[in-house]
Amino acid sequence: MGPGLDVDQGLSRRLASFFDGRPRLQVGALLAGPLGWLAIGYLGSLAILLIAAFWSVDPLSGEVVQGFSLENIEVLFDEPVYRSIVGRTVAIAALVTLTDALLAFPIAFYMAKLASRRGKALLLVAVLVPLWSSYLVKVLSWRTMLSSDGVIDWVLQPFGLHGPGYGNVAVWLVMSYLWLPYMVLPIYAGLERIPNSLISASEDLGAAPFTTFRRVILPLSFPAVVAGSIFTFSLTLGDYITPRLVSNNQFIGNVIFNNISNNLPLASALALVPIVVMVAYLLVARKLGAFEHV
Amino acid sequence: MRLSRKAALILRAGVGVGLAFIYVPLLVLALYAFNSSSILKWPPPGLTLDWFGKALEDEFAREAFLTSLKAGAVATAIALALGTLASLAVARHRFFGRETISFLVILPIALPGIVTGVALSNTFTQVLGIDLGFFTVIVGHATFCIVVVYNNTIARLRRLSTSFEEASADLGAHTWQTFRFVTLPNLRSALGAGALLAFGLSFDEIIVTTFTIGAGEETLPIWIFRNLFRPNQLPVVNAVAVLVVLISILPVYLAHRLTREEGGPAAARGGAVEAEATAVP
Repeated sequence: MGPGLDVDQGLSRRLASFFDGRPRLQVGALLAGPLGWLAIGYLGSLAILLIAAFWSVDPLSGEVVQGFSLENIEVLFDEPVYRSIVGRTVAIAALVTLTDALLAFPIAFYMAKLASRRGKALLLVAVLVPLWSSYLVKVLSWRTMLSSDGVIDWVLQPFGLHGPGYGNVAVWLVMSYLWLPYMVLPIYAGLERIPNSLISASEDLGAAPFTTFRRVILPLSFPAVVAGSIFTFSLTLGDYITPRLVSNNQFIGNVIFNNISNNLPLASALALVPIVVMVAYLLVARKLGAFEHV
Repeated sequence: MRLSRKAALILRAGVGVGLAFIYVPLLVLALYAFNSSSILKWPPPGLTLDWFGKALEDEFAREAFLTSLKAGAVATAIALALGTLASLAVARHRFFGRETISFLVILPIALPGIVTGVALSNTFTQVLGIDLGFFTVIVGHATFCIVVVYNNTIARLRRLSTSFEEASADLGAHTWQTFRFVTLPNLRSALGAGALLAFGLSFDEIIVTTFTIGAGEETLPIWIFRNLFRPNQLPVVNAVAVLVVLISILPVYLAHRLTREEGGPAAARGGAVEAEATAVP
């Protein structure tokens, strides 16, 4: 053993014995980094964002004035444009969440309760892989499919129909597609947690499969659906790339992005909308038991 | 459970529809990458490998790819350190506000990416006076990657009985030795999986990136996004997109393999699914 290593070990031993029997110090040392980054850096940035919503832009110089003004908040409430944008975004987020819940439930149920061990593993990978493969690539493929020369119109044309093209319907379709795995996984985990004996008990007591589903499985897995909905809802609220690629409509994200370089205070005020909506959503989700369950 | 033939059939059909919905768009895009015409009309008139050659030769795409690799590597390293520290504190100690830590770690991905992006960009440019660039991208990415590492390690720590660590301490090992020789070896595959997923997340991210990147820089998703609107570049973009999907599948597959041994299929995302609020990005 070289002398260098000796010194090193001596140091680590001395350090370690300093921490031994001082659990508070240990916690402090463990948390200093993560809390410094997240509580000070990240939460601090969010706090500054909240403050920045009350700044304004000097109309002559275009510089940000770090004073207090209610200008942006007033614009947010008074301009009908923003009201309709917020309404549209929240409506699409709700629709996407509903669509994903309906699509995800059968897959999750099959995975959790009916598939063989092997089938389960295969399906899980099948759902996981697209979750992690490029977000942008997925939007791009829908953009080409929905275009007027695309495969959707080509399939529908013989029937005298044509696809939705670019617009709100396209945004709804693509977002439902993008966030589907985020719904499948928590529902699957929630269903896995329901003991099979409960289902057997319900069957033995004479309940038809649908009754078992409605009275036993659904109530027990509902919190998991809510947990999944947190992600489908939140991701839809904040996405501005999808609306840009498959529609000409403005969503909250688009107006935030468009204002970031020339009117940062207004962009900050607009960013408060998804925060407020999500905080309200999370509070309701917590009431419904989504946090304990997942 | 028992299901009637009809119900089972309907359920299978539902699964089929769901999976088709997931995979058809990816297949369509893959086919377009081999399209011999540069116009994206369906069906493609013929097939060619030319676009892949052009994609590999594209100087800007290569530059962007390298930037993405570097940003992913540094962000992952930071997330690995911070995520592991936080998970050790929460899983192995009791202290005031312990429950809040999980919430705090999840927040950067529970809130829409645009909020994180605007908040960070605002702080950098208006308060700290830091110009946007490679550094600010890394800070943004590390912030939302911490949760993936944290979830994977904390799930493992909870499964891992503390009696090993107690035995180690009883035998006279000090805290650092116990961590180095008992805890860490048991965490290794969870850390590996967490790191791979964090890297995948960073490699793919675009929304936070658009708010934190400097004017002169491009990550690969940013390159794709900027070239989407140039019609003559589109076939090259398709080829790059297919390569990106192939590259991003690899870490996910490896992460799945790494955590498979401990408790089944949920393992790859398992940390997330089992431990905390399904913290998927």
